[in-house]
Amino acid sequence: MHEMSLAESVLQIIEDAARQQGFSRVRTVWLEVGQLACVEREALCFSFEQVAKESVADRARLEIVEVKGQGWCSHCGCHVPLPALYEPCPDCGNYQVKVTDGDQLRVRELEVE
Amino acid sequence: MCNTCGCGNGQALIAGQALRKSHKSGGAMRFRVPEGGAGHAQPEAGTHHHNLLDYGAGAAGAHAPGMSQSRMVRIERDILAKNNEYADGNRNYLAERGIFALNLVSSPGSGKTTLLVKTIKELHGALPLAVIEGDQQTENDAARIRATGAPALQINTGKGCHLDAHMVGQAMQRLDLQDDSLLMIENVGNLVCPAGFDLGEAHKVVILSVTEGEDKPLKYPDMFRAASLMLLNKCDLLPHLEFDADLAIAYARRINPDLKVIRISATSGEGVPELLDWIATGCRNAAARKQASKQEALIE
Repeated sequence: MHEMSLAESVLQIIEDAARQQGFSRVRTVWLEVGQLACVEREALCFSFEQVAKESVADRARLEIVEVKGQGWCSHCGCHVPLPALYEPCPDCGNYQVKVTDGDQLRVRELEVE
Repeated sequence: MCNTCGCGNGQALIAGQALRKSHKSGGAMRFRVPEGGAGHAQPEAGTHHHNLLDYGAGAAGAHAPGMSQSRMVRIERDILAKNNEYADGNRNYLAERGIFALNLVSSPGSGKTTLLVKTIKELHGALPLAVIEGDQQTENDAARIRATGAPALQINTGKGCHLDAHMVGQAMQRLDLQDDSLLMIENVGNLVCPAGFDLGEAHKVVILSVTEGEDKPLKYPDMFRAASLMLLNKCDLLPHLEFDADLAIAYARRINPDLKVIRISATSGEGVPELLDWIATGCRNAAARKQASKQEALIE
């Protein structure tokens, strides 16, 4: 349940931005969450709702933008889609695939007022 | 802090004392300056260009003085950025002192502490070392390490499920670490949460015991991906079990093709010399890098 820590980090980023940018309320938060990121989305949404209470982001809508997993197959020498860490290369069936994208966890942007 | 699971620093303790509050700023965030100047509606209705002050992008589509209007703020910041800043600080601190740090991760009950005690005993004081122990509660593990004569500090995470870089940074300051030494950090027994939290270590070492399932690497892939070394522990029990060690290793390498594996047993001592060699190499390299960067600094 590290999602609670992650939700707190999201709120910290929002509060830093609120101080620097001078906004007092957040309506929507867009999070970029990679398909391969070590996070449970439902738990993250629930946690964020809890930690955001009585903050600038109280009742803010959380929009999660999924980034597809991608890997480099050393056997085929090319990038391939990788929907899960344990999946093989869809072309050659080999497991020598290294993650190149889709493991990110980022706050992309905010709708504020 | 959290009533649900307690993650965060609220109940975390180092050697029984509360953590200091962090006063470090999160570093500069990048905000984009509006291309057409702040306060102007964007030419293309319905699109926003990630600007700070786009009054035209709100629900009303235009700005009127005094009217509440939302705007978009581009953030582009990693959620784990703050932890990673602390981790980088820890890594620099360790590098300057030539300290080789390992982050030991596994499920509860895989034999991390027993293996740690065995490793310390087998080193016979050949290498200065210190241990940071992470558990939700009790000082039992730190006491087990101290019984070997090695300095150890216990971090209690309260209800928290992992160590973070801020906790470890504070623990390092209290340990009075020696130059060119070994630091072993035993994380909270949890095969999920510690995977995402860099502590500033050189390597994560994942311990899988043969009394668990072979498919654990597939069930908990993040940790096996994050680790550089897997210790397949309790191998002395293999004759009594139906555990397929080759299959477990093959599963782990599906997740992480570069994963180094040592079959080990704290009871029989199998694999321990190989682990000691691996540690000694890491320590030599960390000390050599420290010397090299000192010399570079002198030349400059």
